[in-house]
Amino acid sequence: MSEVVISARSVGKTFGSGADKVTALDSVSVDIFQNEFFTMLGPSGCGKTTLLRLIGGFEQATSGQILLEGKELNDLPPFKRPINTVFQSYALFPHLTVKQNITFGLEMQGISRKDAGGRADEMLELVRLAEYGDRVPSQLSGGQQQRIALARALAPAPKVLLLDEPLSALDLKLRKEMQVELKRLQTETGITFVFVTHDQEEALAMSDRIAVMQSGEILQIGAPREIYEAPTHRFVADFIGDSNFLVGDLVDGGAGKRAVKLSGGQVIALTQEVSDQRTGEVTVSVRPERLGLVAESDAGADQLTGTVSTVIYFGTDTTYQIDLGNEALLTVRMQNGSGAKADFAEGERVGITMSPDAIRVLAD
Amino acid sequence: MKVDASNPLWRFRGITSTAMFFFAYLYLPIVVLIALSFNENRLATIWTGFTMDWYVTALSNDDMLRAAQNSIVVAVSATVLATIAATLAAMGMSRGRFKGEAGVSAMLVLPLLVPEIVTAIATLLFFVALGIKLGLLTVIIAHTVFCIPFAYLPIRARLEGMDPALVEAANDLYANEWKAFRRVTLPLLWPGILSGAMLSFIISLDDFVISYFVGGAGSTTLPIYIFGMIRIGITPEVNAVSAMMLIVSIVFVSISFMIDRIRY
Repeated sequence: MSEVVISARSVGKTFGSGADKVTALDSVSVDIFQNEFFTMLGPSGCGKTTLLRLIGGFEQATSGQILLEGKELNDLPPFKRPINTVFQSYALFPHLTVKQNITFGLEMQGISRKDAGGRADEMLELVRLAEYGDRVPSQLSGGQQQRIALARALAPAPKVLLLDEPLSALDLKLRKEMQVELKRLQTETGITFVFVTHDQEEALAMSDRIAVMQSGEILQIGAPREIYEAPTHRFVADFIGDSNFLVGDLVDGGAGKRAVKLSGGQVIALTQEVSDQRTGEVTVSVRPERLGLVAESDAGADQLTGTVSTVIYFGTDTTYQIDLGNEALLTVRMQNGSGAKADFAEGERVGITMSPDAIRVLAD
Repeated sequence: MKVDASNPLWRFRGITSTAMFFFAYLYLPIVVLIALSFNENRLATIWTGFTMDWYVTALSNDDMLRAAQNSIVVAVSATVLATIAATLAAMGMSRGRFKGEAGVSAMLVLPLLVPEIVTAIATLLFFVALGIKLGLLTVIIAHTVFCIPFAYLPIRARLEGMDPALVEAANDLYANEWKAFRRVTLPLLWPGILSGAMLSFIISLDDFVISYFVGGAGSTTLPIYIFGMIRIGITPEVNAVSAMMLIVSIVFVSISFMIDRIRY
């Protein structure tokens, strides 16, 4: 990673006042780097769009600072920021042709009509709609409008491109295509993309880094793999992919490591570093595909055991619900045809295998 | 026309005759008025033969022409002023919610509901109290006031239908507020503005009560002139002038509706 392009420092935003006051962002800090595909992921109302609009200049921060390459942006209106936006509704100008839409930003910057026209042709080429310049937006399909919105926002070569759920209006197949397309555009132009979505798959597939947001706060920032494999919060583990959650007490695991003792008495060893300050009850998460099953007779002394309560066959894999007793349920997903014995019947007693690094202790 | 057979109204046998009676009630007097404007006989109610003479008489009547000219001066001035005010009001009202928004909204269209005679007397007293001499200027001011809601409604409707992200997109693409207005908002608003202006023009052209009260010497408008004519007696000339006004009205209102249907 190279230089920081956008830096948010303790940025807060509230709407309304008095009893109607709503906190959209609560002291958020984040650095976004050059040439990065950065995604803000979260459910609606988590503040991701508000943060995007603050960077774009469409809203004013209530507290904190937003910096672009070290210079404060807070008081600059959108038309003075070298940042462009792809809007959720695309917001193409309906009274202008596709080409006039793309040259709009260039002409406003004082670029001659001729140069702007040349640049627009390049952009149309880039989004593979070269022959559509003379149409008006209403003659285009949703996917084409999306590409024109991208071309229009990329034409002035902004330092940062903001994308506000741009794929949400497209059908699934088109959305998958556009994910690849967006990634390609980002690599080809080298522009920093800041992308907002509530779709975790989309976020995992495209991003260099993801910020997972909830209730106006960023819970975790990291590469997709890090977010998926080492979630720090229950919300993150739950929102992205499937997770099992177990509750137990932190105990000494020997050899300088900690362990978690479940209410049933079983102890799960941890490889994760856990601060000595933390004691008492914690929640751990583990992905279903990081768990395995063995016959109870093969299970070690400290291994979790349980009874298979349901078996669901999905083709590539099979999902087992394991009843651990004490009303604790565990979901185990095993790939079929991987060589392991993967045909346990309902009611069978089984032992559960897990790699210690798959167990993550979550923040309270 | 497609008939929705499930509509219970169509099971009512008298629907056709009822509708015909209703339309005759509305339009027969106007049809008669136009027909009699071509009547040769000086007595407007007895048909003796076809002639265009009354139109020639009307169009060569200097007093009538002066009244028509006054009407056009008043209507154009009031339309321009009312449309500008209405556009600004609509832009202001669309900028976001504020305290008392509903009240302001209601006050903008209230002139549509206030009895015209009340407005007329109030405006007259107002001008007299301020010591303003009654004439064309006072008529123009009074017309501007009642034209504003007619211009405001179609402009507001246009703005409501506009994606607020369009202006944001213009700002985002380096257009300051004025450029965003000129290059994006205004072109998209044009149909609403034109439609509102044409409605204002017709409403002003047609107005009698307020013009009668706040007008003075030399500010006789066409409706007032026609009123003066029929006090002397109904001649086919009155019919001819009325028919011409009707045609102007129909043309303007039709254009207004057609413009208002423009969609991007």
